[in-house]
Amino acid sequence: MDISAFVLFWAAIFTSNILLTNFLGMCSYLSVSREVESSFGLGVAVIFVLTITAGLNWLAYHYLLVPFHIEYLQYIVFIIVIAAFVQLLELIIERYAPALYYSLGIFLPLITVNCAIFGVSLFLVIREYNFLQSIAFGAGSGIGWLLAILMLAGIRTKLKDKLIPVGLRGAGISLIITGIMALGFIGFSGIVAVQ
Amino acid sequence: MIKLILTDIAILTVVSVFFAILLVIAQRFLSNYGILKININGKRDVSVKGGNSLLSSLSEEQIFIPSACGGRGSCGACKCKVIEGGGPLLPTEKPLLTKAEMDSGIRLACQVKVKTEIKIDIPESIFNIRRFKTRIAKIEDYTYDTKGITFELLEPGTISFKAGQYMQLETQPYGKVKQKVVRAYSISSGPQNDKQFQLIIRLVPEGMCTTWVHNYLKEGDEVYLTGPYGDFFIRDTDADIIFVAGGSGKAPIKSMLEDLEVKGTDRKMTYFFGARTTKDLYLTEYMQHFEQVLPTFQYIPVLSHPSADENWNGRTGFVMPFFKEVMRDPKNTEAYLCGSPGMINAVTKALVEMGVPTEKIYYDSFG
Repeated sequence: MDISAFVLFWAAIFTSNILLTNFLGMCSYLSVSREVESSFGLGVAVIFVLTITAGLNWLAYHYLLVPFHIEYLQYIVFIIVIAAFVQLLELIIERYAPALYYSLGIFLPLITVNCAIFGVSLFLVIREYNFLQSIAFGAGSGIGWLLAILMLAGIRTKLKDKLIPVGLRGAGISLIITGIMALGFIGFSGIVAVQ
Repeated sequence: MIKLILTDIAILTVVSVFFAILLVIAQRFLSNYGILKININGKRDVSVKGGNSLLSSLSEEQIFIPSACGGRGSCGACKCKVIEGGGPLLPTEKPLLTKAEMDSGIRLACQVKVKTEIKIDIPESIFNIRRFKTRIAKIEDYTYDTKGITFELLEPGTISFKAGQYMQLETQPYGKVKQKVVRAYSISSGPQNDKQFQLIIRLVPEGMCTTWVHNYLKEGDEVYLTGPYGDFFIRDTDADIIFVAGGSGKAPIKSMLEDLEVKGTDRKMTYFFGARTTKDLYLTEYMQHFEQVLPTFQYIPVLSHPSADENWNGRTGFVMPFFKEVMRDPKNTEAYLCGSPGMINAVTKALVEMGVPTEKIYYDSFG
């Protein structure tokens, strides 16, 4: 893939936003987007974990799976790497940065099961990114995810005192809003080809 | 082919073991907060290993804060007041606390981690809570789906509880059920006998705990229970009393009556026992015995669906319409209800409409 890491970084944020174009990472996106403050905390945690696991999984793929010709084990190995890394990160933050732990650390267990993280690791294999591209794609996707959840949280805060049909409250209206936002992001598509 | 499978297994094992060791080492060094002190009610200090939740740290010190969900932060039963050292309120606690509770420092003990010295306030009655090793002394069949089970205390050998409190019963894995579950049941025997106590357990179809009790437990089996818990006991006033409880809800009322039989009382008391058919009635003669020894007590069974061939000549329908027969002064009446949330809501509504003050309606709801 010959696309510069810099372009890929911006592309991952806007033109191929992981959430709004691939619909990955929806569960925590829907459940935590009630307040802007906690959305921001979760978003920052996602950026951090995405960037690092993209790098780690790239290394695991190219230096462990490829040499032994067991690329088909990527799903299991990637999941192990992500889960272990998130656990480790939680322990470190809890110990050395209590303030950060209370604002961000408690969201880390939620991220282990966030499919955006896993999706990025799989994309970087399918699209044959190099190490630098992978890191840029991971960081960009994380920022894109943060952007998407912040937008939804902002809109949901505004909607709090609005009259919404009972059956649409909560996840229903959030999905519709997300759909409309995704339509908006389609406008960017085609500007940069990421694959 | 074999080589391929072996390579797969070897690599996966190496990767998993590597991360497992890494995490164990990290946990060893990072989650080691040393020995920390928990100060309880400003009186007692207990020393615990830091890094665990307040709930589990206290239970290791034999202080059992009630918890129905086992520390997953979903039931909200383990509320306790943290005065100092609990850290900020977590988003996992917010949904289960009211505004007033948050302001007064109430936290969920299962979410608060002990990382510094911590100061808490808990009701004195919690010190009474123990985990009891017991042996089943007797299993009695009360109806086709209700059993009375008597537990003889082995370790510790005695229990002190108030009539109306409940115990939590721990199941052992059985049949296809691999995990242990914990369920709460009211004590049905009087507090005077402190060497043993009885629970009344009604079979719930597909119920994990009740199936175990009804189909797997035998006399002589060893069983573990924790308790006593709860604030469902008779208040010390001279108000008239209305008891309403159906099915196994009779348990705490029976305990209260046994207690009153020993202590004596001249409060006017009426017990409405709601059931479907005569097959659901039990301990009727025992209740009539209480009518003899407690002259101010009256037992009124009410059947909702008596069949024609049962020759039922007592009251039928819901229990609520019969309250007015015995109600003297609604303002000076206390009600003690035990049963399903649906029953408790309906009875509470009827009582409030008749003028009984809400704060005088006490209930134990098994939802």
